[in-house]
Amino acid sequence: MSQIRVLVGTRKGAFVLTSDGKRERWEVSGPHFAGWEIYHVKGSPADPNCIYASQASGWFGQIIQRSDDGGKTWHQPGTPAGEPAAPGPPKSTSNKFAYDASASALNTHQWYDGTQRSWEFKRVWHLEPSLTDPGTVYAGVEDAALFCSTDGGESWKELPGLRGHGTGPKWQPGGGGMCLHTIILDPNNPQRMYTAISAAGAFRTDDGGASWKPINRGLYSQYIPDPRAEIGHCVHHVAMHKSRPGVLFMQKHWDVMRSDDAGDNWREVSGNLPTDFGFVIDVHAHEPETIYVVPIKSDSEHFPPDGKLRVFRSRTGGNEWEPLSKGLPQRDCYVNVLRDAMAVDSLDKCGIYFGTTGGQVYASADAGESWNPIVRDLPAVLSVEVQTLASSR
Amino acid sequence: MIRVLLPQHLRTLAQVGSEVEIEVEGPATQRSVLDALEGRYPMLCGTIRDQVTQQRRPFVRFFACEEDLSHESPDAPLPEAVASGAEPFIVIGAIAGG
Repeated sequence: MSQIRVLVGTRKGAFVLTSDGKRERWEVSGPHFAGWEIYHVKGSPADPNCIYASQASGWFGQIIQRSDDGGKTWHQPGTPAGEPAAPGPPKSTSNKFAYDASASALNTHQWYDGTQRSWEFKRVWHLEPSLTDPGTVYAGVEDAALFCSTDGGESWKELPGLRGHGTGPKWQPGGGGMCLHTIILDPNNPQRMYTAISAAGAFRTDDGGASWKPINRGLYSQYIPDPRAEIGHCVHHVAMHKSRPGVLFMQKHWDVMRSDDAGDNWREVSGNLPTDFGFVIDVHAHEPETIYVVPIKSDSEHFPPDGKLRVFRSRTGGNEWEPLSKGLPQRDCYVNVLRDAMAVDSLDKCGIYFGTTGGQVYASADAGESWNPIVRDLPAVLSVEVQTLASSR
Repeated sequence: MIRVLLPQHLRTLAQVGSEVEIEVEGPATQRSVLDALEGRYPMLCGTIRDQVTQQRRPFVRFFACEEDLSHESPDAPLPEAVASGAEPFIVIGAIAGG
């Protein structure tokens, strides 16, 4: 029987939730890295036992962790736990994210007040393992940049073409900082990749990350001087179905958007949503026109409208939405669901998972018709990823 | 032999107790102590000082002999009591608020 492994990053550690394919009974392990902020945990599609985690602290900075046994044990890549180091200068570089400063255009970005400010590494928001090589992984960081490791996380090198394509000095931080939070790899074209940055917008490369272009035509954001500007949009998350890598769905700060041409043009598909502000968006594993969002009241009130936690599903690729609330709190609920905190499994029926800032992780084993909490009282959930494993332990 | 006291999170990372003992070649300074510490426990690289700039992380402080040494030059000699191992070099996460 298949097994499901849910990887949860929280404000105070990581948790691994496992179940068989029925998705009724769950085992909870953790906290891993107790007391640290875990922005993201994600497994390699090529080797599900290889899992990367971003561990961060306002005091002690960024740590990259890797597990080679499905999340049971962890180590910093290149630095096995407890192993004495050889004499000489420190060699550990698994948490060294050095910006490429080879061109002047890469040196500054826009600050909240409109002035220019130097790039400063703060943390890794998102880790995206290669679709084919467990040792290759991309990291989206704050201040926004894209890094890549080809040695299992032991060392990192920036792909400077993204910051350096020309609009970098116009990028500015959103409320959560200037973060590169979304990395999508095209399964049909290894040269194509998408990223999204708050608050700069979405970008695409068609040459393996060497060069990039903004893909924000059709986005409209009233909070920037030119609402239709090429750059400056606060994209919260982007999702893609692997069978149609040219079709993208976006939850922007406000507005749910859709592109049918790999991001070259976007159109709004918010339709009858009660509010089109939100953070998460994801696509059903088997139905590429079925998408999910969690509407949040507004950019100043980060909780569900009317105190009712509802997932909204569209089976038409947007515009027509239905609320899914069975099993979710329908009164006095004032949690948020952050941008990387929703994921789907690939079982039939498709399982949907999301975590809240109140520490609940909800699961639906029937594509959203009904929900149950796997856990209710974790620290605030920052990210949720799901692995669908071929067989049980 | 230099004694170094680590905060809880860094003990967990390095899988050590609260105090570690390290050997330092040459004069005992913040830089030589941290070089030796990171050499012995490379998993601590970047957690106390930035990997690129080598600057002390803003929320990390260095205390010894009831003095705050955080703003001393990294190449200034540490107190003799630290160099001799009589007193520890304390790495601490700065506390703000209550």
